[in-house]
Amino acid sequence: MAGDATKVIPKEVLWGGGRSPFSVSYGKMMMWYFLVSDALTFSGLLTAYGFVRHGSEDAWPIGEQVFQALPGLEGHYPLIYVALMTFILIVSSVTMVLAVESGHRNHKKGVVKWLGWTIIGGMIFVGSQAWEWSHYIHGGGGAFQISQAMTVNATTDHKSEPISIALTDGDRVFMDHHFGDLMERYVEGDIAIQLTTTAESVTLVDVYHPEHPVVLEELTLNKYVENKSVVKGAEMMQLWNARTDNFVFGANLETSEYGTQQAYGGFFFFITGFHGFHVFSGVVFNIIIWFLVIRGVYEKRGHYEMVEKIGLYWHFVDLVWVFVFTFFYLV
Amino acid sequence: MERDDLIANDNYSLNATHSDEAGAKIRKKIWKVTGLLTLITAVEVFCGVMIKRGDTWQWSTIKVMFIVLTLVKAGYIIMSFMHLGEERKNLRNVVLVPYVLFIGYLIFIALYEGSSH
Repeated sequence: MAGDATKVIPKEVLWGGGRSPFSVSYGKMMMWYFLVSDALTFSGLLTAYGFVRHGSEDAWPIGEQVFQALPGLEGHYPLIYVALMTFILIVSSVTMVLAVESGHRNHKKGVVKWLGWTIIGGMIFVGSQAWEWSHYIHGGGGAFQISQAMTVNATTDHKSEPISIALTDGDRVFMDHHFGDLMERYVEGDIAIQLTTTAESVTLVDVYHPEHPVVLEELTLNKYVENKSVVKGAEMMQLWNARTDNFVFGANLETSEYGTQQAYGGFFFFITGFHGFHVFSGVVFNIIIWFLVIRGVYEKRGHYEMVEKIGLYWHFVDLVWVFVFTFFYLV
Repeated sequence: MERDDLIANDNYSLNATHSDEAGAKIRKKIWKVTGLLTLITAVEVFCGVMIKRGDTWQWSTIKVMFIVLTLVKAGYIIMSFMHLGEERKNLRNVVLVPYVLFIGYLIFIALYEGSSH
Protein backbone atom coordinates (compact mmCIF):
# COMPACT_ATOMS: atom_id res chain seq x y z
CA MET A 1 0.00 0.00 0.00
CA ALA A 2 1.09 3.57 -0.64
CA GLY A 3 2.91 5.18 2.24
CA ASP A 4 3.54 1.87 3.95
CA ALA A 5 6.83 2.76 5.59
CA THR A 6 7.47 -0.72 6.90
CA LYS A 7 7.98 -2.17 3.45
CA VAL A 8 11.65 -2.87 2.88
CA ILE A 9 13.12 -2.73 -0.57
CA PRO A 10 14.75 -6.07 -1.28
CA LYS A 11 18.47 -5.73 -1.93
CA GLU A 12 18.38 -7.65 -5.19
CA VAL A 13 16.28 -5.04 -7.00
CA LEU A 14 18.65 -2.19 -6.17
CA TRP A 15 21.15 -1.18 -8.84
CA GLY A 16 24.73 -2.38 -8.68
CA GLY A 17 25.77 0.61 -6.59
CA GLY A 18 23.27 -0.24 -3.88
CA ARG A 19 20.92 2.56 -4.81
CA SER A 20 18.23 3.21 -7.39
CA PRO A 21 18.76 6.55 -9.11
CA PHE A 22 15.60 8.61 -9.58
CA SER A 23 13.81 6.07 -7.35
CA VAL A 24 13.27 4.01 -10.44
CA SER A 25 14.09 0.37 -10.98
CA TYR A 26 16.90 -0.49 -13.38
CA GLY A 27 14.56 -2.04 -15.95
CA LYS A 28 12.23 0.92 -16.13
CA MET A 29 15.13 3.37 -16.46
CA MET A 30 16.60 1.34 -19.32
CA MET A 31 13.21 1.21 -21.03
CA TRP A 32 13.13 5.02 -20.91
CA TYR A 33 16.64 5.21 -22.36
CA PHE A 34 15.67 2.83 -25.14
CA LEU A 35 12.57 4.87 -25.92
CA VAL A 36 14.55 8.10 -26.09
CA SER A 37 16.98 6.56 -28.60
CA ASP A 38 14.11 5.06 -30.59
CA ALA A 39 12.37 8.44 -30.58
CA LEU A 40 15.55 10.00 -32.00
CA THR A 41 15.51 7.43 -34.81
CA PHE A 42 11.91 8.17 -35.72
CA SER A 43 12.53 11.91 -35.49
CA GLY A 44 15.47 11.52 -37.85
CA LEU A 45 13.26 9.68 -40.35
CA LEU A 46 10.44 12.20 -40.16
CA THR A 47 12.84 15.13 -40.41
CA ALA A 48 14.43 13.53 -43.49
CA TYR A 49 10.94 13.17 -44.95
CA GLY A 50 10.23 16.85 -44.28
CA PHE A 51 13.62 17.85 -45.70
CA VAL A 52 13.06 15.99 -48.98
CA ARG A 53 9.50 17.21 -49.27
CA HIS A 54 10.56 20.79 -48.59
CA GLY A 55 13.06 20.68 -51.45
CA SER A 56 10.81 18.83 -53.90
CA GLU A 57 10.30 20.62 -57.21
CA ASP A 58 7.07 18.85 -58.18
CA ALA A 59 3.78 18.95 -56.31
CA TRP A 60 3.75 16.54 -53.38
CA PRO A 61 0.90 13.97 -53.27
CA ILE A 62 -2.01 15.02 -51.03
CA GLY A 63 -2.93 12.59 -48.23
CA GLU A 64 -6.70 12.81 -48.57
CA GLN A 65 -6.49 12.08 -52.31
CA VAL A 66 -4.13 9.12 -51.96
CA PHE A 67 -5.76 7.48 -48.93
CA GLN A 68 -9.50 7.45 -49.43
CA ALA A 69 -10.60 3.84 -49.61
CA LEU A 70 -12.40 1.69 -47.07
CA PRO A 71 -12.17 -2.12 -47.17
CA GLY A 72 -15.02 -3.67 -49.10
CA LEU A 73 -16.65 -0.38 -50.07
CA GLU A 74 -16.87 1.63 -53.27
CA GLY A 75 -16.53 5.40 -53.27
CA HIS A 76 -14.29 7.95 -51.63
CA TYR A 77 -13.81 8.30 -47.89
CA PRO A 78 -10.81 10.59 -47.51
CA LEU A 79 -8.66 9.76 -44.45
CA ILE A 80 -11.51 7.85 -42.77
CA TYR A 81 -9.68 4.55 -42.63
CA VAL A 82 -6.47 6.01 -41.27
CA ALA A 83 -8.49 8.00 -38.72
CA LEU A 84 -10.08 4.75 -37.64
CA MET A 85 -6.65 3.12 -37.32
CA THR A 86 -5.46 6.08 -35.22
CA PHE A 87 -8.50 5.73 -32.99
CA ILE A 88 -7.93 1.99 -32.54
CA LEU A 89 -4.31 2.57 -31.54
CA ILE A 90 -5.28 5.31 -29.06
CA VAL A 91 -7.91 3.03 -27.53
CA SER A 92 -5.39 0.19 -27.23
CA SER A 93 -3.10 2.65 -25.46
CA VAL A 94 -5.94 3.41 -23.05
CA THR A 95 -6.60 -0.24 -22.30
CA MET A 96 -2.86 -0.52 -21.61
CA VAL A 97 -2.98 2.26 -18.99
CA LEU A 98 -5.94 0.48 -17.45
CA ALA A 99 -3.91 -2.74 -17.31
CA VAL A 100 -1.08 -0.86 -15.56
CA GLU A 101 -3.61 0.68 -13.16
CA SER A 102 -5.01 -2.78 -12.34
CA GLY A 103 -1.44 -3.93 -11.75
CA HIS A 104 -0.96 -1.18 -9.18
CA ARG A 105 -3.89 -2.66 -7.24
CA ASN A 106 -2.42 -6.16 -7.69
CA HIS A 107 -5.64 -7.08 -9.42
CA LYS A 108 -4.66 -9.95 -11.67
CA LYS A 109 -8.03 -10.37 -13.38
CA GLY A 110 -8.04 -6.72 -14.38
CA VAL A 111 -4.54 -6.95 -15.87
CA VAL A 112 -5.49 -10.06 -17.87
CA LYS A 113 -8.63 -8.40 -19.20
CA TRP A 114 -7.13 -5.04 -20.19
CA LEU A 115 -3.87 -6.43 -21.53
CA GLY A 116 -6.00 -8.85 -23.56
CA TRP A 117 -7.92 -5.97 -25.13
CA THR A 118 -4.63 -4.20 -25.85
CA ILE A 119 -3.39 -7.24 -27.76
CA ILE A 120 -6.60 -7.37 -29.78
CA GLY A 121 -6.36 -3.63 -30.57
CA GLY A 122 -2.75 -4.06 -31.68
CA MET A 123 -3.66 -6.97 -33.94
CA ILE A 124 -6.46 -4.97 -35.56
CA PHE A 125 -4.04 -2.12 -36.17
CA VAL A 126 -1.38 -4.35 -37.76
CA GLY A 127 -4.07 -6.00 -39.89
CA SER A 128 -5.37 -2.61 -40.99
CA GLN A 129 -1.90 -1.51 -41.93
CA ALA A 130 -1.44 -4.68 -43.98
CA TRP A 131 -4.66 -3.86 -45.82
CA GLU A 132 -3.56 -0.29 -46.38
CA TRP A 133 -0.17 -1.38 -47.71
CA SER A 134 -1.80 -3.84 -50.04
CA HIS A 135 -4.17 -1.17 -51.30
CA TYR A 136 -1.30 1.30 -51.70
CA ILE A 137 0.86 -1.21 -53.60
CA HIS A 138 -2.05 -2.24 -55.77
CA GLY A 139 -2.91 1.38 -56.60
CA GLY A 140 -6.01 3.25 -57.63
CA GLY A 141 -6.11 2.33 -61.33
CA GLY A 142 -2.70 3.34 -62.58
CA ALA A 143 -1.52 5.97 -65.04
CA PHE A 144 0.11 6.30 -68.43
CA GLN A 145 2.31 8.99 -69.90
CA ILE A 146 1.34 10.93 -73.00
CA SER A 147 3.73 11.44 -75.88
CA GLN A 148 2.83 14.96 -76.96
CA ALA A 149 1.81 18.35 -75.57
CA MET A 150 -1.89 19.19 -75.77
CA THR A 151 -4.60 21.29 -74.15
CA VAL A 152 -7.81 19.67 -72.91
CA ASN A 153 -10.97 20.83 -71.19
CA ALA A 154 -11.45 19.23 -67.79
CA THR A 155 -13.95 19.56 -64.96
CA THR A 156 -12.82 19.85 -61.36
CA ASP A 157 -14.77 18.76 -58.30
CA HIS A 158 -16.15 22.08 -57.19
CA LYS A 159 -16.58 24.03 -60.41
CA SER A 160 -19.32 23.36 -62.92
CA GLU A 161 -17.56 24.99 -65.86
CA PRO A 162 -14.73 23.09 -67.50
CA ILE A 163 -11.31 24.67 -67.40
CA SER A 164 -8.63 24.18 -69.99
CA ILE A 165 -5.48 22.45 -68.85
CA ALA A 166 -2.22 22.49 -70.79
CA LEU A 167 -0.30 19.22 -70.71
CA THR A 168 3.25 18.65 -71.78
CA ASP A 169 4.98 15.66 -73.26
CA GLY A 170 5.42 13.00 -70.57
CA ASP A 171 2.61 14.13 -68.26
CA ARG A 172 0.66 11.44 -66.46
CA VAL A 173 -2.98 10.63 -67.13
CA PHE A 174 -4.86 8.47 -64.61
CA MET A 175 -7.39 5.69 -65.15
CA ASP A 176 -10.16 4.68 -62.74
CA HIS A 177 -9.59 1.44 -60.87
CA HIS A 178 -12.10 -0.77 -62.75
CA PHE A 179 -10.49 0.04 -66.05
CA GLY A 180 -6.97 0.18 -64.61
CA ASP A 181 -7.21 -3.30 -63.07
CA LEU A 182 -7.91 -4.93 -66.43
CA MET A 183 -5.50 -2.61 -68.24
CA GLU A 184 -2.71 -3.71 -65.89
CA ARG A 185 -3.30 -7.32 -66.87
CA TYR A 186 -3.48 -6.35 -70.54
CA VAL A 187 -0.20 -4.44 -70.33
CA GLU A 188 1.41 -7.41 -68.62
CA GLY A 189 0.43 -9.55 -71.61
CA ASP A 190 -2.49 -11.50 -70.13
CA ILE A 191 -4.10 -13.03 -73.24
CA ALA A 192 -7.44 -13.33 -71.44
CA ILE A 193 -7.88 -9.57 -71.69
CA GLN A 194 -9.07 -8.20 -75.00
CA LEU A 195 -8.94 -4.56 -75.98
CA THR A 196 -11.42 -3.05 -78.46
CA THR A 197 -11.01 0.54 -79.58
CA THR A 198 -13.44 2.51 -81.71
CA ALA A 199 -13.35 6.23 -82.52
CA GLU A 200 -15.41 6.99 -79.39
CA SER A 201 -14.75 4.24 -76.91
CA VAL A 202 -12.27 1.83 -75.40
CA THR A 203 -13.53 -1.49 -74.04
CA LEU A 204 -11.69 -4.18 -72.12
CA VAL A 205 -13.10 -7.68 -71.73
CA ASP A 206 -11.89 -10.58 -69.67
CA VAL A 207 -12.72 -13.59 -71.86
CA TYR A 208 -13.56 -15.64 -68.78
CA HIS A 209 -16.09 -13.02 -67.68
CA PRO A 210 -17.45 -11.64 -70.97
CA GLU A 211 -20.63 -10.49 -69.26
CA HIS A 212 -18.68 -7.69 -67.51
CA PRO A 213 -17.01 -5.57 -70.16
CA VAL A 214 -15.26 -2.46 -68.81
CA VAL A 215 -15.63 0.74 -70.81
CA LEU A 216 -13.30 3.69 -70.35
CA GLU A 217 -15.60 6.41 -68.99
CA GLU A 218 -13.17 9.12 -68.01
CA LEU A 219 -9.54 9.96 -67.46
CA THR A 220 -8.21 12.01 -64.57
CA LEU A 221 -5.49 14.65 -64.51
CA ASN A 222 -3.56 15.60 -61.37
CA LYS A 223 -5.25 12.77 -59.51
CA TYR A 224 -3.13 12.98 -56.35
CA VAL A 225 -2.11 16.64 -56.33
CA GLU A 226 -3.86 20.02 -56.49
CA ASN A 227 -6.32 20.70 -59.35
CA LYS A 228 -7.56 17.16 -59.71
CA SER A 229 -9.82 17.19 -62.79
CA VAL A 230 -11.68 14.82 -65.07
CA VAL A 231 -11.69 14.58 -68.87
CA LYS A 232 -14.50 12.84 -70.79
CA GLY A 233 -15.72 12.28 -74.33
CA ALA A 234 -13.71 13.15 -77.43
CA GLU A 235 -10.89 14.77 -75.47
CA MET A 236 -10.57 11.68 -73.32
CA MET A 237 -10.02 9.70 -76.56
CA GLN A 238 -7.44 12.26 -77.63
CA LEU A 239 -5.51 11.61 -74.42
CA TRP A 240 -5.93 7.87 -74.81
CA ASN A 241 -4.56 7.96 -78.36
CA ALA A 242 -1.55 9.96 -77.22
CA ARG A 243 -0.55 7.28 -74.69
CA THR A 244 2.92 5.79 -74.60
CA ASP A 245 3.94 2.37 -73.36
CA ASN A 246 4.91 3.92 -70.03
CA PHE A 247 2.27 2.62 -67.69
CA VAL A 248 2.59 2.65 -63.92
CA PHE A 249 0.26 0.77 -61.59
CA GLY A 250 0.30 1.30 -57.83
CA ALA A 251 3.59 1.57 -56.02
CA ASN A 252 6.75 -0.40 -55.49
CA LEU A 253 10.31 0.42 -54.50
CA GLU A 254 11.17 1.73 -57.98
CA THR A 255 8.15 3.68 -59.07
CA SER A 256 4.73 4.84 -57.91
CA GLU A 257 1.63 6.24 -59.55
CA TYR A 258 1.09 8.66 -56.63
CA GLY A 259 3.94 11.00 -57.29
CA THR A 260 6.73 11.58 -59.72
CA GLN A 261 9.06 11.73 -56.71
CA GLN A 262 10.24 8.25 -55.85
CA ALA A 263 10.96 9.56 -52.32
CA TYR A 264 7.23 9.62 -51.58
CA GLY A 265 6.75 5.87 -51.97
CA GLY A 266 10.09 5.13 -50.34
CA PHE A 267 9.37 7.17 -47.22
CA PHE A 268 5.87 5.74 -46.99
CA PHE A 269 7.15 2.18 -47.05
CA PHE A 270 10.05 2.85 -44.72
CA ILE A 271 8.39 4.99 -42.05
CA THR A 272 5.02 3.24 -41.83
CA GLY A 273 6.83 -0.10 -42.21
CA PHE A 274 9.28 0.68 -39.42
CA HIS A 275 6.40 1.79 -37.22
CA GLY A 276 4.33 -1.26 -38.18
CA PHE A 277 7.23 -3.49 -37.21
CA HIS A 278 7.30 -1.78 -33.82
CA VAL A 279 3.58 -2.46 -33.41
CA PHE A 280 4.06 -6.06 -34.46
CA SER A 281 6.88 -6.67 -31.97
CA GLY A 282 4.83 -4.82 -29.32
CA VAL A 283 1.98 -7.28 -29.87
CA VAL A 284 4.42 -10.20 -29.52
CA PHE A 285 5.83 -8.77 -26.24
CA ASN A 286 2.32 -8.13 -24.96
CA ILE A 287 1.30 -11.72 -25.67
CA ILE A 288 4.35 -13.07 -23.81
CA ILE A 289 3.67 -10.84 -20.78
CA TRP A 290 -0.03 -11.73 -20.94
CA PHE A 291 0.75 -15.43 -20.57
CA LEU A 292 3.16 -14.70 -17.71
CA VAL A 293 0.44 -12.68 -15.96
CA ILE A 294 -2.00 -15.56 -16.36
CA ARG A 295 0.56 -17.99 -14.96
CA GLY A 296 0.84 -15.77 -11.89
CA VAL A 297 4.52 -14.92 -12.28
CA TYR A 298 4.00 -11.27 -11.31
CA GLU A 299 1.48 -12.10 -8.61
CA LYS A 300 4.21 -14.19 -6.96
CA ARG A 301 6.74 -11.41 -7.50
CA GLY A 302 4.44 -8.98 -5.68
CA HIS A 303 4.33 -6.30 -8.34
CA TYR A 304 3.32 -5.86 -11.98
CA GLU A 305 6.16 -3.61 -13.07
CA MET A 306 6.77 -5.71 -16.16
CA VAL A 307 3.32 -4.65 -17.40
CA GLU A 308 4.32 -1.04 -16.76
CA LYS A 309 7.53 -1.42 -18.76
CA ILE A 310 5.87 -3.07 -21.72
CA GLY A 311 3.16 -0.41 -21.34
CA LEU A 312 5.77 2.31 -21.82
CA TYR A 313 6.83 0.69 -25.08
CA TRP A 314 3.24 0.37 -26.22
CA HIS A 315 2.43 4.03 -25.49
CA PHE A 316 5.56 5.00 -27.35
CA VAL A 317 4.30 3.17 -30.44
CA ASP A 318 1.05 5.13 -30.18
CA LEU A 319 3.03 8.34 -29.71
CA VAL A 320 5.03 7.77 -32.90
CA TRP A 321 1.85 7.07 -34.84
CA VAL A 322 0.41 10.41 -33.74
CA PHE A 323 3.32 12.10 -35.53
CA VAL A 324 3.29 9.82 -38.58
CA PHE A 325 -0.44 10.50 -38.91
CA THR A 326 0.08 14.26 -38.86
CA PHE A 327 3.07 14.48 -41.17
CA PHE A 328 2.17 11.74 -43.64
CA TYR A 329 -1.57 12.03 -43.92
CA LEU A 330 -2.67 15.47 -42.75
CA VAL A 331 -0.06 18.10 -43.55
CA MET B 1 21.87 19.91 -3.45
CA GLU B 2 19.20 17.38 -2.66
CA ARG B 3 20.24 13.88 -3.56
CA ASP B 4 17.94 12.20 -6.02
CA ASP B 5 19.27 8.68 -5.75
CA LEU B 6 18.12 7.87 -2.23
CA ILE B 7 14.95 6.00 -1.58
CA ALA B 8 12.87 7.88 0.92
CA ASN B 9 10.27 5.82 2.79
CA ASP B 10 8.36 3.81 0.23
CA ASN B 11 8.80 6.17 -2.67
CA TYR B 12 10.16 3.55 -5.03
CA SER B 13 8.79 2.64 -8.43
CA LEU B 14 8.42 -1.06 -7.67
CA ASN B 15 6.22 -0.22 -4.70
CA ALA B 16 3.94 2.07 -6.66
CA THR B 17 0.68 0.54 -5.57
CA HIS B 18 -2.58 2.30 -4.83
CA SER B 19 -5.93 1.58 -3.21
CA ASP B 20 -9.24 0.86 -4.90
CA GLU B 21 -10.51 4.40 -4.21
CA ALA B 22 -7.38 5.99 -5.65
CA GLY B 23 -7.72 3.63 -8.63
CA ALA B 24 -11.24 4.85 -9.35
CA LYS B 25 -9.95 8.42 -9.48
CA ILE B 26 -7.08 7.45 -11.79
CA ARG B 27 -9.44 5.59 -14.12
CA LYS B 28 -11.71 8.63 -14.31
CA LYS B 29 -8.74 10.73 -15.40
CA ILE B 30 -7.70 8.10 -17.97
CA TRP B 31 -11.14 8.21 -19.62
CA LYS B 32 -11.04 12.01 -19.65
CA VAL B 33 -7.71 11.98 -21.50
CA THR B 34 -9.12 9.34 -23.88
CA GLY B 35 -12.05 11.59 -24.73
CA LEU B 36 -9.74 14.52 -25.32
CA LEU B 37 -7.36 12.58 -27.60
CA THR B 38 -10.28 11.22 -29.63
CA LEU B 39 -11.80 14.69 -29.96
CA ILE B 40 -8.50 16.18 -31.16
CA THR B 41 -8.09 13.42 -33.76
CA ALA B 42 -11.66 13.94 -34.99
CA VAL B 43 -11.09 17.70 -35.33
CA GLU B 44 -7.84 17.09 -37.21
CA VAL B 45 -9.44 14.71 -39.70
CA PHE B 46 -12.41 17.04 -40.18
CA CYS B 47 -10.14 20.02 -40.93
CA GLY B 48 -7.89 17.88 -43.15
CA VAL B 49 -10.85 16.82 -45.29
CA MET B 50 -12.69 20.16 -45.36
CA ILE B 51 -9.89 22.65 -45.97
CA LYS B 52 -8.32 22.55 -49.40
CA ARG B 53 -4.57 22.54 -49.67
CA GLY B 54 -2.98 25.53 -51.37
CA ASP B 55 -1.16 28.80 -50.87
CA THR B 56 -4.00 30.25 -48.83
CA TRP B 57 -3.88 31.64 -45.31
CA GLN B 58 -6.49 29.05 -44.29
CA TRP B 59 -4.19 26.20 -45.20
CA SER B 60 -1.15 27.80 -43.55
CA THR B 61 -3.14 28.31 -40.34
CA ILE B 62 -4.46 24.77 -40.37
CA LYS B 63 -0.95 23.40 -40.91
CA VAL B 64 0.33 25.18 -37.81
CA MET B 65 -2.76 24.04 -35.93
CA PHE B 66 -2.13 20.40 -36.91
CA ILE B 67 1.38 20.58 -35.49
CA VAL B 68 0.24 22.27 -32.27
CA LEU B 69 -2.58 19.74 -31.77
CA THR B 70 -0.13 16.89 -32.41
CA LEU B 71 2.20 18.24 -29.74
CA VAL B 72 -0.75 18.53 -27.33
CA LYS B 73 -1.65 14.89 -28.02
CA ALA B 74 1.97 13.84 -27.56
CA GLY B 75 2.13 15.76 -24.27
CA TYR B 76 -0.91 13.96 -22.91
CA ILE B 77 0.39 10.55 -23.98
CA ILE B 78 3.81 11.10 -22.40
CA MET B 79 2.75 12.87 -19.23
CA SER B 80 -0.45 10.99 -18.49
CA PHE B 81 -0.34 7.56 -20.16
CA MET B 82 3.38 7.04 -19.69
CA HIS B 83 3.21 8.59 -16.20
CA LEU B 84 6.28 10.72 -16.87
CA GLY B 85 4.47 13.58 -15.13
CA GLU B 86 4.50 11.55 -11.91
CA GLU B 87 8.17 10.57 -12.04
CA ARG B 88 10.95 12.47 -10.28
CA LYS B 89 11.79 15.79 -11.88
CA ASN B 90 15.32 14.67 -12.72
CA LEU B 91 14.13 11.60 -14.59
CA ARG B 92 11.73 13.78 -16.53
CA ASN B 93 14.60 16.07 -17.50
CA VAL B 94 16.93 13.22 -18.40
CA VAL B 95 14.32 11.96 -20.87
CA LEU B 96 12.98 15.21 -22.27
CA VAL B 97 15.83 17.72 -22.32
CA PRO B 98 18.33 15.83 -24.55
CA TYR B 99 15.51 14.88 -26.89
CA VAL B 100 14.12 18.40 -27.24
CA LEU B 101 17.63 19.84 -27.69
CA PHE B 102 18.75 17.39 -30.37
CA ILE B 103 15.52 17.31 -32.32
CA GLY B 104 15.03 21.07 -32.09
CA TYR B 105 18.51 21.46 -33.54
CA LEU B 106 17.94 18.79 -36.21
CA ILE B 107 14.69 20.36 -37.41
CA PHE B 108 16.23 23.83 -37.41
CA ILE B 109 19.29 22.77 -39.38
CA ALA B 110 17.30 20.65 -41.86
CA LEU B 111 14.86 23.43 -42.67
CA TYR B 112 17.56 26.10 -42.70
CA GLU B 113 19.90 24.17 -44.99
CA GLY B 114 17.00 22.70 -46.96
CA SER B 115 15.74 26.09 -48.06
CA SER B 116 19.18 27.43 -48.97
CA HIS B 117 19.56 25.69 -52.32
